Amino acid sequence: MGRYLIRRLIISVITLIAISMIIYSIIFVAPGDPLGELAANPNVSAEVRQRIRESYGLDDPLYIQYFKWAKAYFLNFDWGTSFTSRIPVKDYLMDRIGVSLSISGTAFLIGIAIAIPVGVLSALKQYSWFDNIATTFAFIGFSIPTFFSGLLLILLFSVKLGWLPFIYNSNVSGVWPLIKQSIMPITVLALFTSAQLTRYVRASMLETINQDYIRTARAKGLKERAVIVLHAMRNAMIPVITIIALQVPGVVGGAVITEQIFLIPGIGSALIKALTSKDIPVVMAITFGIAVTVVIFNIVADILYALMDPRVKYK
Amino acid sequence: MAQMSSPDLLEDEQKPRLENAEALRVRPQRSLWGNAWRQFRHHTFAMAGLIVFIFFVLLCFVGPLVYNELYFSPFKYTTSLTPGQEGRILGTDSMGQDMLARILFGGRVSLSVGIVAATIAIVVGTLIGAAAGFFGGLTDSILMRLTDLFLSLPSLPLLLLITFLFKQSMQNFADRVFGAAQIGTFLLIVGVIGMLAWMPTARLVRASFLSMKEKEFVEAATSIGAKRNSLIFKHILPNVMSPIIVAATLEVGSAIITESSLSFLGLGFPYDVPTWGAMLFNAKDLLQFSPHEAVIPGTMIFLTVLSINFIGDGLRDALDPRKTS
Repeated sequence: MGRYLIRRLIISVITLIAISMIIYSIIFVAPGDPLGELAANPNVSAEVRQRIRESYGLDDPLYIQYFKWAKAYFLNFDWGTSFTSRIPVKDYLMDRIGVSLSISGTAFLIGIAIAIPVGVLSALKQYSWFDNIATTFAFIGFSIPTFFSGLLLILLFSVKLGWLPFIYNSNVSGVWPLIKQSIMPITVLALFTSAQLTRYVRASMLETINQDYIRTARAKGLKERAVIVLHAMRNAMIPVITIIALQVPGVVGGAVITEQIFLIPGIGSALIKALTSKDIPVVMAITFGIAVTVVIFNIVADILYALMDPRVKYK
Repeated sequence: MAQMSSPDLLEDEQKPRLENAEALRVRPQRSLWGNAWRQFRHHTFAMAGLIVFIFFVLLCFVGPLVYNELYFSPFKYTTSLTPGQEGRILGTDSMGQDMLARILFGGRVSLSVGIVAATIAIVVGTLIGAAAGFFGGLTDSILMRLTDLFLSLPSLPLLLLITFLFKQSMQNFADRVFGAAQIGTFLLIVGVIGMLAWMPTARLVRASFLSMKEKEFVEAATSIGAKRNSLIFKHILPNVMSPIIVAATLEVGSAIITESSLSFLGLGFPYDVPTWGAMLFNAKDLLQFSPHEAVIPGTMIFLTVLSINFIGDGLRDALDPRKTS
């Protein structure tokens, strides 16, 4: 296990370096001035502009710029200053990540809490009316794009019924208004997560309950509940937990589209805002931050799998 | 079981068998694909999906030839018309442009993006997977590390980043070469979606190639002097087609969603190319005044993706060799 882990970590570090190079080069070779609005601003004189260019090292060749950036980014944890809001990127993102996590995280947990019992029941009663309804709902849930389900909820609950506010207000005070404005975004995300996950749970459970050891468990006279919970579910959940771990980066990165619909000031909407205003330091920090979480949770998923399933051998 | 018991039973068994053999000779031979089709037909949702999808494709590609209304019709009205008003089947949008014409034309773009992007992803994935699985060794390790690297890329942020940064120059390029700037947007979007979606196919194809190349029929083909390319494309590839077809189908749906998301965020096609996602982008701020502008294109995306997912599910069942009937 130890050697496997070290190998895994080394590969991950190399992967991250490669990803950072790819992202950096994409921004570097892209046409247009990396200073964005700053370069077009008529109030900034040519002299000042040149000084800014030098301070960012924009006239150096690509690899020098990359090394400078990588050194600042990885060794000094200096993520630069946002071009548009003029505050350090770190502070800018810290304010927003909490909002993203509270909305997407809650939705993710609700999605899991729905998917596991529904998926298990669906598999146990395969082709029953419950299974048919659950499967159809799951299909609808992951075929409906979040931007459409979000708009439909707004149309119904904000426009027609007037029950819920359509815009997320981060300065709202009190618990009830906060819950009220979170209901729709959480519903949209939870619907999607649970729809996707239900199918995995059902498939995994179906595969498990046809195994010989389940028949053995029944044959030795165990109660049905014990067979299902202790023998079948314990094994069926192994791939499901891996998939859940692989989806965590999506939660951290915030749901770009959902945040955009409800104007939630999270990481996802920050990315769109930074992109359209060419705020490169923020774009870089978010994109690379998501890449780091993706790589970390890939390792977590592998380790979890190995810990839970003794049949897995490390190479 | 019954055959083992007594001799007279054996005779009874043989009679219908002979008749069966007779019947077999008369009936046209069933091909593997014929079998899959028979399976597929019994999957109600998949058949419904297929019918809806074909209907939408015909509607969007043939419809505009019959329905003579320009999608960028002159602005006759300052307010939108609801569906059915003044003979407009789906009404007009807030700029007075005919909704049905926009849906039909936009559908062409949305469906083409989905199909072309999925084709790119599947072709790249198949080639890389086939090369890795067939050649093995160093080629395999390099290609698989590349696949792992691409799988670790943050795909949505990267997609947004690349389309945003390169859209203008691609449009200028297409304007020079084809005389139409939006071809550039199209090429950029299908290219980026395809290049960020080939990895699962590559893994799938590699795994299938690894197991297939050890099979006897490959050995037989090698022994009669089959060339490398004919081994890969004529002997092995047709045998690993089933999972590729399923992946391709599902990829069309997810590419349509990705394009719509890009356009919905205002980073995809502009307003004068009314893809379903771009229509939603404009409609989202007008929900209070003309909800049909959002509901109609949204429903089109939803139904298209739902039907594709059902087709994919049906194909998965029909092409699964473990499930024979």
